[in-house]
Amino acid sequence: MKKVIEIVDVIDTAEVYTELSDAKSGDICVFVGAVREFTNNEEVVALEFETYKTMALKEMEKIADSALEKWSLNKVVMRHAVGEKGVEKPVVIVGASSAHRDACFEACRYLIDTLKETVPIWKKEKFKNKSVWISAHP
Amino acid sequence: MNVLFFGITKDIVGSSEISFSDEFKPLNVAELKKQLIESYPEFSKLNSLAVAVNSEYADDSVPLIGNEEIAVIPPVSGG
Repeated sequence: MKKVIEIVDVIDTAEVYTELSDAKSGDICVFVGAVREFTNNEEVVALEFETYKTMALKEMEKIADSALEKWSLNKVVMRHAVGEKGVEKPVVIVGASSAHRDACFEACRYLIDTLKETVPIWKKEKFKNKSVWISAHP
Repeated sequence: MNVLFFGITKDIVGSSEISFSDEFKPLNVAELKKQLIESYPEFSKLNSLAVAVNSEYADDSVPLIGNEEIAVIPPVSGG
């Protein structure tokens, strides 16, 4: 299968190599987003992700399709986690494989940047005494 | 007509879904946004406010009949 598009409870980062590798791909590029312990010197306890799943999957499909059009890619993976995730846990993984590295490097950057702009997923930062929806307010 | 809410808009409204009676049913996306901002002034403080109709982003001019799946999309922050 050329594309893997999923929203899951838990991301297993070990799966992605098998999903992206194939005989025609000399190069594989993967981006993983994880939970960072500090935001502006404040300790983060966890991130909580919520999604409008039917729409999020549609938007992720569009991004993957447009990457497959823009670059010569063999396989594309886009997977986002939902629910509460603690520090160091993976929350998003995107990747692409291609014959040569320029295509998969550029595609990988495009996949994550566009996901952050258009896919209906929301992140709440949970601190010890408060929680904040990210990017909601100026 | 039912409208779904996510993220911070769900917190503002206090529910993940609201029903509009025929009397107050907005005729298009722009009118829906206007009504929401009037009823919940906190909506006007958000960085952006988008609406999806049948799980696709919809411009202000898109008409609403009432049998669509309508969702309010606050600023997204995945990744």
